Amino acid sequence: MAKGECTTQWSKTEDTCSTLRNRKAFLSSEKQQQDSQPKDGDNSQTAGHSSKDGTQSSNGTSAQWTDRGTDPPRKETHSSVLLLLVTVLSFSTRLYKIMEPAHVCWDETHFGKMGSYYINRTFFFDVHPPLGKMLIGLAGYVTGYDGTFPFIKPGDKYEHHNYWGMRGFCAVLGSFLPVFAYLIVLELSQSRTAALITATLLIFDTGCITISQYILLDPILMFFIMGAVLSMVKFKQQTHRPFSAPWWLWLVLTGVNLAGALGVKFVGLFVILLVGLNTAWDLWGLLGNLHLSLVDIAKHFLARVVGLILLPLFLYVTIFAIHFVVLNKSGPGDGFFSSAFQSRLIGNNLHNASMPEYLAYGSTITVKNLRIAGGYLHSHWHLYPEGVGAKQQQVTAYLHKDYNNLWLVHRQDENNSEKASQSGAPDLVRHGDIIRLEHKETTRNLHSHLHEAPLTKKHFQVTGYGINATGDANDLWQVEVCGGRKGDLVKVLRSKVRFLHRATGCVLYSSGKTLPKWGWEQVEVTCSPYLKETPSSQWSIEDHINPKLPNISLSLLKPHFLEILLESHIVMIRGNSGLKPKDNEMNSKPWHWPINYQGLRFSGVNETEYRVYLLGNPVVWWINLASLGLYVIMVAVASVALQRGVPLDQRRRGRLHFCGLRGGGLLLLGWLLHYAPFYTMGRILYYHHYFPAMLFSSMLTGITLHILLQSTDFLLRPPYSYWLQKVGQMLLLFSVLYSFYLFHPLSYGMRGPLAHEPASAMAGLRWMDSWEF
Amino acid sequence: AMLGLQLPLLVTVQINMELLLLTLLAFWTRLSQLSYPNAVVFDEVYYGQFVSLYMKRVFFIDESGPPLGHMILAVGGYVCVCLCVCVCVCVCVCVCVCSCAEYPSGVCVWSLRLLPAVCGSLCVPLVYLLILELRLTHCTALGAALLLLLENSLIVQSRFMLLESVLIFFQLLSFLCYLRFHNAPHSSWSRYCWLLLSGASCAAAVGVKYMGVFSYLLLLGVACLHTWQLIGDRQISWLMCCVCRCVCLLLVPLLLYVFWFYVHLSVLYRSGPHDQLMSSAFQASLEGGLSRITQGQPLEVAFGSQVTLRSSASQPVPCWLHSHKANYPIRYDNGRGSSHQQQVTCYPFKDVNNWWIIKDPGRQELVVSTPPHPVRHGDIIQLVHGMTSRFLNSHDVAAPMSPHAQEVSGYIDFNVSMPAQNLWRVEIFNREAESEVWKTILSEVRLVHVNTSAVLKLSGVSLPDWGFRQLEVVADKLNKGHQSSLSWTVEEHRYGTSQEQKEREAELHSPTHIDVDSNISFWAKFLELQWKMLTVKQEESEHKYSSSPLEWITMETNIAYWLHPSTNAQIHLIGNPVSWGVANLSLSAYQLLALVYLLRRRRGIKDLPDDAWSQFVAVGWLCVGGWAVNFLPFFLMEKTLFLYHYLPALCFLFLLTPALLEHTHSHLLRALCVCALAAAASVFLSYRTFCPLTYGRPELSANQLQDLRWRESWDILYRRR
Repeated sequence: MAKGECTTQWSKTEDTCSTLRNRKAFLSSEKQQQDSQPKDGDNSQTAGHSSKDGTQSSNGTSAQWTDRGTDPPRKETHSSVLLLLVTVLSFSTRLYKIMEPAHVCWDETHFGKMGSYYINRTFFFDVHPPLGKMLIGLAGYVTGYDGTFPFIKPGDKYEHHNYWGMRGFCAVLGSFLPVFAYLIVLELSQSRTAALITATLLIFDTGCITISQYILLDPILMFFIMGAVLSMVKFKQQTHRPFSAPWWLWLVLTGVNLAGALGVKFVGLFVILLVGLNTAWDLWGLLGNLHLSLVDIAKHFLARVVGLILLPLFLYVTIFAIHFVVLNKSGPGDGFFSSAFQSRLIGNNLHNASMPEYLAYGSTITVKNLRIAGGYLHSHWHLYPEGVGAKQQQVTAYLHKDYNNLWLVHRQDENNSEKASQSGAPDLVRHGDIIRLEHKETTRNLHSHLHEAPLTKKHFQVTGYGINATGDANDLWQVEVCGGRKGDLVKVLRSKVRFLHRATGCVLYSSGKTLPKWGWEQVEVTCSPYLKETPSSQWSIEDHINPKLPNISLSLLKPHFLEILLESHIVMIRGNSGLKPKDNEMNSKPWHWPINYQGLRFSGVNETEYRVYLLGNPVVWWINLASLGLYVIMVAVASVALQRGVPLDQRRRGRLHFCGLRGGGLLLLGWLLHYAPFYTMGRILYYHHYFPAMLFSSMLTGITLHILLQSTDFLLRPPYSYWLQKVGQMLLLFSVLYSFYLFHPLSYGMRGPLAHEPASAMAGLRWMDSWEF
Repeated sequence: AMLGLQLPLLVTVQINMELLLLTLLAFWTRLSQLSYPNAVVFDEVYYGQFVSLYMKRVFFIDESGPPLGHMILAVGGYVCVCLCVCVCVCVCVCVCVCSCAEYPSGVCVWSLRLLPAVCGSLCVPLVYLLILELRLTHCTALGAALLLLLENSLIVQSRFMLLESVLIFFQLLSFLCYLRFHNAPHSSWSRYCWLLLSGASCAAAVGVKYMGVFSYLLLLGVACLHTWQLIGDRQISWLMCCVCRCVCLLLVPLLLYVFWFYVHLSVLYRSGPHDQLMSSAFQASLEGGLSRITQGQPLEVAFGSQVTLRSSASQPVPCWLHSHKANYPIRYDNGRGSSHQQQVTCYPFKDVNNWWIIKDPGRQELVVSTPPHPVRHGDIIQLVHGMTSRFLNSHDVAAPMSPHAQEVSGYIDFNVSMPAQNLWRVEIFNREAESEVWKTILSEVRLVHVNTSAVLKLSGVSLPDWGFRQLEVVADKLNKGHQSSLSWTVEEHRYGTSQEQKEREAELHSPTHIDVDSNISFWAKFLELQWKMLTVKQEESEHKYSSSPLEWITMETNIAYWLHPSTNAQIHLIGNPVSWGVANLSLSAYQLLALVYLLRRRRGIKDLPDDAWSQFVAVGWLCVGGWAVNFLPFFLMEKTLFLYHYLPALCFLFLLTPALLEHTHSHLLRALCVCALAAAASVFLSYRTFCPLTYGRPELSANQLQDLRWRESWDILYRRR
């Protein structure tokens, strides 16, 4: 009803007040449409017809078999025919129009770029683990992409660059999803109807198609997630013959897929949780089996520890090892990492660095916090805003290399004039000396006083104060080398230094909290009255420039691999939680997702552009949503009936228990694990985060609808119930296919007027106001 | 206490002296010298404000929790007034609740702090009874009650006008009542009274603080489990049981919760400081404030009406569509150009420049015709700024702060081939609920620019100095669904009568009044208030004494509540370290024990007889469950947290400690009496040690204070003299 009104409203407004400009646009786009429309329509229509026929017949026959039971060989051939059909359909829907549009779409700008970094071996920083981007890079490399395309922003034309390999790789992995889903449901429910329903939903979902067709991490991630679930289910099937070869195979495959999922995105943790819970439940069952001796149980336990914990861990670490070996050139991500790490990178200024060995007065230095990803001590021409301590110049910690990170070391009583007149070798700074740090760019002194720090209210504020080296007593800091004694020299890069504020006795500290917009989202620096030695209050001198001292080549201690691993994880986690929604951006909320409230623009905004819009097929998604509710109700009713001891015949009872509760329960848990945690996340969320959960939801739909259709025999007697069941299946298939026919331009691209204009290909299909096509 | 009535009229009273003594001790520790210190302590500032607003019956929103807690505190305020009147200290009446610096009279301080202190004291006997309901011995009950009695942090928290002790009281009460219900013989109907009381106290707990929700959920979970077992029992008609439980534990709490709001809204009928957060319709229902202005306004907006347009978004501040005699700068700081036409902004204060006149594009006049021609959904209008007579205009020029959107201006013809595009279409968003006609206050309207179909929108960004730091208004093409920043309501409204500009200006300056009344129902008000309370974001800022949940378990932090202005006397929220240690120990011991038992039972080895096992499980769900639901959710919260948030969870741990001791004593080790006694003695000693910081007297010397700083991270203040 709402939809009807909305469209009439739109058309009314167009009629009454469409202006000349609108008409012109319409005319110009009409021609293009005429060119592309017939071919487009024909293609998909014929494809739709043939596929419909194919599935229809096979669907019907399969239903017959499940009901009557048949001889094994024919069953075998038929199931492989079905599998083949699912595979072919899946591949053809995903690979169709894979090259279009020939420009960068949405996040391709990130992941394509990172793929190129692997080909160029340039070090970069990203919030996700490296496997996905490594695979993209590899796919590009194998298919002849040379890594030269810059991927600057969405909409850039690829021109002669070879991008099909990367897209095709993602699409191929994405094409496996319906196949895996089919196999998982088949395994869980032992019903080909349920499996076919699932496969149909996924094959003809526009959202799944769109997200598989571009250079993104999601198809790779989902491939591993589904792979892990499939192997887990297959592994479970081998319960009756433990420690046999297939048992081991599926166990190991589960582990490998888990490592893969985690190696692509941290969302992989959810599937690890799912497998973990399932395994724990499994072991609990084994423990209760009193026929097994404790030794057997210990064997089972150890096998799972090896297959599901140690092996994935090893693979995951290996991925990182490859990552660090491949990326050996300095690049945009250096500043996030410690000095020792940077010295590994070719082209970094710390690679084979040479500088004066001991800190001296008059030197220009950069000071780096020893917390992991602690950043450089930084200041800039901006004041703390009104109401945040004293209105003096900001001092922050900054993760990137920048000339504003440079500081000059002065003696406490030294003035500019004296410094100029000084000659000969400068004095060295020693443990216990009192110094003044002057910011090179703004000539303000590092300063602290008894005002609250902006975020950490227990600490004092640190500012830049004074000008041209004139300041006050609050500008003085005492240098302390950790573990040193009075008179010890300060070693560049190696000494851990603390700066004690002379007047208040507090210590220079980086809290790790991100300042709001006025502080350019840099990290807060405070002066802490708590004097415990922590990395947050320790600093090291990283760059050291003093022309009066001889440069000495410093070979840094090579960092241990595990240290690098830990460091990069902390940097990634911090980066992830730092992705806060910006004010202007429309933030997607988790409750939007299952109702298909709003999609994502992959490409194009205007009427003249080639538009691709990531949005699930609404019919499929709403069927999924309804089935979720239906499943919960069904399980509730069934379990009350069971608890109450209502007599049910054996077949129904078995079906309910086996596939409804056990299989469905696993899938429901999977859906919950991949969906519920997003409610607690503070980071920015996007619509595509729902897709792993959507896969689980679709599989659950297959099982739920299958049981529902089978339950028709509650209503009608056998021959009629059988027909009703058939009609239900046909209806479902037809509605999914027809809706796919309606919405396919969302994935395969559309031009011409937007949906609210009657001439659009999508006219009348904007069922919700929030859809933007 | 048990009371039996026999014929002929003989009254036998059995009194549990243990319980009586504990109660008296609890009252003594919580209530003695309640009016000291005679100053506002810590969060009392905050709650004191709300109490005084209750006394003045002024509407307010406190997003930290539902209103019951504040109402309970306000009862103290009323008692204060009564007492003051009784002793004829008239001065007190007017000052005691308004002042924030120092309570002027001991009486008022006492009465304001009385209810939380009483609730805090009653927790001690509640715990005693709760342990008995778990079918544990009197000794165990005594132990739990003692732990609670001698807990310094609980004492401190109950002695001031704060809400934690009330919350804990209701939580414990709900569990006690539920256990009473569960343990009562199945035949008696009176046991449903207990269930009802349990539901009611759940509602009260949720009504005091939202944290109560989690223990309510725990109780519901347990009740569901018990009901599930009932369903399996074929001898009982399960439908009746289920319905009764649903009514008592779901329906009654829900109704009561709404009832708190009903009382809240009917007590507070005057407009106050938080009005602006609410919708115009809500404000109009309050006495004073907006209703004074809007009283007697014409209801239907007509062509020629003079209106102020308020943005429906309350973020970042509520504001009105505004324009003034200043143009957009020709070039912005970043080098982009503008149209240099008159600025249109959103201004958060009442101002004569907020007035706009609705003009029919087809007519010249700016007055309302007779009869008035009301504006309907879909009509095209022009908006004329009252003071400067500029037309509201938009065009394809990037807005100053949000370049993706169109600039909105008051049109000035500079003769630069930039024609006026000043037609706007009225779309009434809630026309199904209200009507097709544009109504004052009630209608939420979108103004759609006819030429570009962009929608007038408050972007929420402040303009720089050239825009006087007012809020930016833009026209945005990406109108995604319903957003409050896109819709506007008419707040002040009158029918324009003056044709001449000078007259009109005089008219705009004069205050409005004509006549109608708009009422919104209680449910609409309730839903709006509830929604606002849940969505209004508190400013996240760290407090000097805030802490993170992990620090609570080991009591790494404390909170300095009060320091005497001239001496070293001070009050701190510091728990009894021995009790905390013992509690933590028993928590880990229970978990370990439970794991071992579970694994062994799974292998068919039953260490415990079945009833002992079910008792062990019951202790687990109540104590460990209660601790977990009151503690773990804090890890997911993004608000400023303090040590006192841990106190409800702590109370449940104190139940666990003696229960576990008894279990160990009767099933594992038999020589624990001595240990228990030693523990009790050391709990008492450490209570004594920290008493000066709990009660604020006697005053300690700097050295003594230094000795009390058992942890490096505690902030204990002493004056350097």
